[in-house]
Amino acid sequence: MAMELLRENFQIQGRNFDKAGEISSEIKVILKDLEIDSACLRRCVIVAFEAEMNVVMYADRGTLALILTDKDITLEVKDEGPGIPDIDLAMKEGYSTASDEMREMGFGFGMGLPNMKKNSDEFCVESEVGKGTSVFARIRLDSHA
Amino acid sequence: MKLAEIKDLLRCEVLAGEEDLSIDISHVVASDGMSEILAFAKSKELMITGLTNIQSIRTADIAGVSAVLYCRGKRPDKKVIEFAKQKRIPVLVTEMVMFDICGILYNRGLKGVS
Repeated sequence: MAMELLRENFQIQGRNFDKAGEISSEIKVILKDLEIDSACLRRCVIVAFEAEMNVVMYADRGTLALILTDKDITLEVKDEGPGIPDIDLAMKEGYSTASDEMREMGFGFGMGLPNMKKNSDEFCVESEVGKGTSVFARIRLDSHA
Repeated sequence: MKLAEIKDLLRCEVLAGEEDLSIDISHVVASDGMSEILAFAKSKELMITGLTNIQSIRTADIAGVSAVLYCRGKRPDKKVIEFAKQKRIPVLVTEMVMFDICGILYNRGLKGVS
């Protein structure tokens, strides 16, 4: 049984592109202060950043929970957004429903979810159209991929 | 190759991190898509982009790249430069287009990432 060492909850403000990414930067500082292995830290903040950007781009609001145990880091991101009708399709690299505004921000090229999966040891997405999306990602502390 | 050499080679102006031009660069990641940078950067690269908003520096910080080079003379606003200074990420700008920059750096032995 893994021992929980830290749990932090963050509120993500949807549509606020100026603040987008601030939570991920904060997570980076928290994990760095805890002297988490740099490869593991990097994977974790990439997942957090992509997830945070998705919430900012698509949802009105969302939450991000960061849970650190002695074995892994878990990120749970939940939003009140439009939901994803076809998750398999959304997981394909290059598939995107992004607007021009999102692309002008440098995002929405259909790599967000695949990037999150690539950087996680366990990854799952649950979504209900019209209600929202939840993303769960776990990164093992001993993984250096 | 030192960042200072890249600066001279590409006739760059330094917007942030003048004191950090002695860092070594061996790999380059170039894109206007931030997810692409996040997907391919392995850390310590030079990041070349035409995207000058705050997310470009945020991405550089998250991906762990060593420096950011803005192409085609695109300049970020003051707030972005201040943010880069705060994150200690050197920022350069050149009038050259991305294709030419990549060609020149490739010819000098710098490598891409994949």
